[in-house]
Amino acid sequence: MNLFSLSWSYVKHKPLTAVLNVLLMSLGIAIILVLLLLNSQLEEKLGKNKKGIDLVVGAKGSPLQLILANVYHIDFPTGNIKLEEAKALTRNRLIKSAIPLALGDNYQGFRIVGTNHDYVKLYQAEVGKGEMWKKNLDVTIGATVAKQLRLKPGDEFFGTHGVTGSHMAHEETSYRVVGIFKPVDNVLDNLILTNIESVWAVHKHEEEQHEEEHKHDGEGHEHVDEKHEHDEHEPEVGSAYETGFPRGDADAEITSMLIRFRSPLGAVQLPRMINADTNMQAASPAFEVQRLFSLLGIGVNMIRSFAYIIIVIAGLSIFISLYNALKDRKYDLAIMRSLGASRGKLFVHVVLEGVLITFLGSILGFVLGHVLVEVLTSYYEKSQAAGISGRVFVNREWTVLALSLGVGVLSALIPALNAYRTDISKVLSNQ
Amino acid sequence: MNKGSIIHLNTPTHLCRQRRYQHFYTTGFFKSQFLIYFGAENADMIIIDNLNFGYTRHKVLSLPHLEVKESGHILILGKSGSGKTTLLHILGGLLSPEEGKVQIGETDLYGLSGTQRDRYRGQNIGLIFQKAHLISALTVQDNLLLAQYLSGSARDKGRVQEVLKELNLGEKVHKKVHQLSQGEQHRVTVARALLNRPRLILADEPTASLDDDNARIVIDMLQEQASCYHAALIIATHDQRVKSQFEIQLNLDAA
Repeated sequence: MNLFSLSWSYVKHKPLTAVLNVLLMSLGIAIILVLLLLNSQLEEKLGKNKKGIDLVVGAKGSPLQLILANVYHIDFPTGNIKLEEAKALTRNRLIKSAIPLALGDNYQGFRIVGTNHDYVKLYQAEVGKGEMWKKNLDVTIGATVAKQLRLKPGDEFFGTHGVTGSHMAHEETSYRVVGIFKPVDNVLDNLILTNIESVWAVHKHEEEQHEEEHKHDGEGHEHVDEKHEHDEHEPEVGSAYETGFPRGDADAEITSMLIRFRSPLGAVQLPRMINADTNMQAASPAFEVQRLFSLLGIGVNMIRSFAYIIIVIAGLSIFISLYNALKDRKYDLAIMRSLGASRGKLFVHVVLEGVLITFLGSILGFVLGHVLVEVLTSYYEKSQAAGISGRVFVNREWTVLALSLGVGVLSALIPALNAYRTDISKVLSNQ
Repeated sequence: MNKGSIIHLNTPTHLCRQRRYQHFYTTGFFKSQFLIYFGAENADMIIIDNLNFGYTRHKVLSLPHLEVKESGHILILGKSGSGKTTLLHILGGLLSPEEGKVQIGETDLYGLSGTQRDRYRGQNIGLIFQKAHLISALTVQDNLLLAQYLSGSARDKGRVQEVLKELNLGEKVHKKVHQLSQGEQHRVTVARALLNRPRLILADEPTASLDDDNARIVIDMLQEQASCYHAALIIATHDQRVKSQFEIQLNLDAA
């Protein structure tokens, strides 16, 4: 028997009140932690992935969509741009470097990105197993892709049309895994990289296949042999797998290019020039991400204030239940004093009760918050791909936990003060 | 009031005697017990000097001088509102008098700081109130362990068992308070008061809500236990029935 077990006995003595208070407290804390975890991880990932990209040039449409699709690989691309036009733009003296991207296919939900080795350098990735792609239809895959799909160098697979999981497979052209990147903890982990020509090849095949099928509809069932023919083609080395743009015909298209400025002047002149004078659109990742956060921020702030209100209500509820209980417990306190407890001890005893409840609430809220984030991320593929997890601890969580313990102490303070001031003689003679 | 449960209160006196010898042989350093055994029966236990307490301007409790001998039993009689509870609270260190001095043994009770006085009370004074007030959130054992903890003594489950056994409550150790009858609860409060081997037992209206038989039994029990522990016993009551059981009486109505 000590103060702690005494306070604990009182908490246990009124289990319903205790559970209500603990739940209220944990709910508030859980919501704040979920927001905190999502926000801080999102901020970190978004910041990490846009490093080294000053401008994204792609088809006209929503600038935010352009950034989300081509930098973070979470949204759909806005469309395609002409390769010739893109190439022409790169001759601008304000552009230091440009990395072309060709999107359009995926394998089991992981995007297949046609690009060159500059893209890998941008994300500071290294090949862990195998090698970088060189030939058409060779791919080097991110660590997460390899792990989740259990792919290893030498494996072959068919891409699927579209940037997210669908069932329309390009069944005639298969990709071959030649290497796996080491984990880099950015968007590259979730990508399948290849030559731009590979992406073209797959789609060209598809077009041909469509035409052939039209033909075959009239002629009969000879397409089996033709398909065989396709499979036997020799892979050729890509025209620009290391850097620069591939050779393409006049109709060739890419999805976008990631641009680095030569000087800050580029930020001023280039976007305006591209948006006004070309059929393309330029968007700045930094600006768009900031815009995204300010848009999200309104909602996040509202939910957060809501959560803080819940915590305050939890504190109030603790205060009220302690205060009411103390009316019944006046005799208990007087008896404890008559048994030798000092005023200070009773003060600590009551404060301890508030702290115990908030502590339980904090622990429950902490677990609840992390489990919730984990459940949410497993529910939404997108957040998983963005690398958000509930098994991460953010330093600011301490602040929230300390803050809620503070609320517990605060709500117990007035009842504790009452306990401190109990006039034992008066209470005992009024019985 | 549960009559049946109080009837078998009679303290087994052999237990009491047995323990007295035990203390003589094994725990000679218990100063008070030691002295008592060597016949210091007449040492002054409590001395009250020039005590004054005013509730308001008109109602004043005033006691010029009172001495209670060690192991002495005193009955404070008085109507409701005559100040007997106040006097008891002053003696118990629960209520500071306006002026005057309360000395228990060598200790000037109101010369101590609040915390010291709380501690002194916990260790040396056993208080019994009219209503059997126990901490209902705790078991019988935890109630007694709490008394040990709050008084600053070591938590000793053996001692808890011993006291409960003396009061025929041995089997109720792990019961919750609300599982006990009123009479049993009352005995637990007595056990709690005796737990730390007090030098002074103060009881406030212990018989107020009891019938004649039970009133006598409770007073017998308190007197027996007090003698057993060589403690001074002071009972405040307006109950005329218990008058005959006390040699020394202080009537506040007359004063």
